[in-house]
Amino acid sequence: MSEFIIRRVFQSVIVVILMSLLVFIGVNLIGDPVDMLINPEADQAEIERVISMLGLDRPIHEQYWLFLTNAIKGDLGKSFIFGEPALKLIIQRIPATLELAFAALFLAISIGIPFGVYAGLNPNTKISKIIMSGSILGFSLPTFWVGLMMIMVFAVMFGWLPSTGRGDTLPLLGIQVSFLTLDGLSHLLMPALNLALFKMSLVIRLSRAGTREVIFQDYIKFARAKGVRYSRIVLVHVMKNIMIPVVTILGLEFGGLIAFSVVTETVFAWPGMGKLIIEAIQNLDRPIVVAYLMITVLLFVIINLIVDVLYSILDPRVRLQDIRS
Amino acid sequence: MTEQIKFKKLKFWEINFKFFFNETPVGVFLSDFFEDKTATLALICLGCICFIALFAPLISPTNPYDLAVVTVMDSRLPPGTRSFDGTTFWLGTDGAGRDLLSSIFYGLRTSLAVGVASGLIAMVIGCSIGLIAAYFGGRTDTFIMRLVDIQLSFPAILVALMLLAILGKGVDKIIIALVIVQWAYYARTVRASALVERSKEYVEAATCLALSHKRILFHHLLPNCLPPLIVVVTVQTAHAISLEATLSFLGIGLPITEPSLGLLIANGFDYMLSQKYWISFFPGIALLVTIVSINLVGDQLREVLNPRLQK
Repeated sequence: MSEFIIRRVFQSVIVVILMSLLVFIGVNLIGDPVDMLINPEADQAEIERVISMLGLDRPIHEQYWLFLTNAIKGDLGKSFIFGEPALKLIIQRIPATLELAFAALFLAISIGIPFGVYAGLNPNTKISKIIMSGSILGFSLPTFWVGLMMIMVFAVMFGWLPSTGRGDTLPLLGIQVSFLTLDGLSHLLMPALNLALFKMSLVIRLSRAGTREVIFQDYIKFARAKGVRYSRIVLVHVMKNIMIPVVTILGLEFGGLIAFSVVTETVFAWPGMGKLIIEAIQNLDRPIVVAYLMITVLLFVIINLIVDVLYSILDPRVRLQDIRS
Repeated sequence: MTEQIKFKKLKFWEINFKFFFNETPVGVFLSDFFEDKTATLALICLGCICFIALFAPLISPTNPYDLAVVTVMDSRLPPGTRSFDGTTFWLGTDGAGRDLLSSIFYGLRTSLAVGVASGLIAMVIGCSIGLIAAYFGGRTDTFIMRLVDIQLSFPAILVALMLLAILGKGVDKIIIALVIVQWAYYARTVRASALVERSKEYVEAATCLALSHKRILFHHLLPNCLPPLIVVVTVQTAHAISLEATLSFLGIGLPITEPSLGLLIANGFDYMLSQKYWISFFPGIALLVTIVSINLVGDQLREVLNPRLQK
């Protein structure tokens, strides 16, 4: 077991280092940030002052070394535009993104499971067919376009929900959160639903397939023969068994929610780190791009590591296969 | 009374049809495919979309990027308005006065071209790598599959975002990004089916004949791995088109000189809050119809090609 964990940690470290190298070299090859960031009317002395201040005049390997040693110290450079440390800017925005992702996860589960179980229990009714076609649409619809249409219908045409921003926030354990105020909730609803749509379709499909499989099992027949109430069979016997694949897949897909929040945040002007990175790419704000990419790589490597280790605890075959190869 | 058995004389083409649809592999495949009405409809839809994309300059009412025709006078007209010179804008116009229907035709062209091109390149690269992994096994296989695993552990949009942050904007760059995102799916699919095929006798026979690796890989193994591959091609193409639209919408995909559907939708975003819905709505519908029909065709292909589901 420990051998497996050590191997995986070692691999993860290699991935992070390789990615840092790729990201850094690559980002330095985009255009010339000097043209983008310095006022064109500035004189030569001013331009040179800014270049040396930002460290752009050194050779690229020195810049990388500087970046790597600084990254370990937790300093990923200052944003060219905001003039603040990039890491700080991103960390400030993480709570908003996480709040959105968790809200989407909550919606995906609380809407997806009942729909999926219903469709699994009554596969031939009209409602089930509507649910299943809906889930195909959920897979096919481009997230950003659905977001736009939601804004158009609920914000512009009916004026029920606000279309941009986070609304009023309240501090919870030192972090500003939206879901505690009514205004914040109304701001959160549309983006969360938009982000949840894809995962919701996934949950519907998984829980439908699970239900279809479980209801033919002997223990369900036995429970029915014993005279257990229908609601109890569904809520306890069926539910418990379909939760295993649903929880596994959602654990794996949580990273996807964070990645996709880039799109939702841009559409709804949600002040999370996804919106920050898109603006940074467009402005060639390199420290923020590099810091964002490094943080997400680290985040995903950690998520994957945890999932792998948990899997190897649950299923020893994974671990044995890995060591053999 | 004895029943008389009547032999109806079939015309030669009738016999051929019957033989074609019941006996030949292609015929059986086609008749299985067209059994499902939705899938048939989706295929027809897809055919129309491909036709529009191929012949956009010939069939679109106006050329939306001809500066001599487009005037700002016509900007933001609602669907169905007639312009001064008599052309009707069936789907309205955008902020610069371009006919939306024509823009969608041209946008479909760009979107499909990028999606199909990246899909094909990724398929060639992914298949070769997958076949090599399955055929040679051992260390090569472990290394390639670890690479695939690492890449697939990151969501596609994140990988594309990283690559585009590094590469910058441009048609070639988005194709590179989409190829890098997709190759792993092809490699994994082909490897899985090639591993099964590899242990079969015909491969052993080919090896005994001392055929070259290249010949065994591409003439013996690859054709037998095709069925699952065809399904992955359709699904991945739909995925690539959707991803390209998303990235272009975010402003990090295609440049404004190559307006795909994603960019058209992004253009309409600014006018949305003043109730001018059509600029974003119709390109989105075009995108949706494209993706849904490709997915439906892919679903039906999966049903028909999957031996486990066959009656």
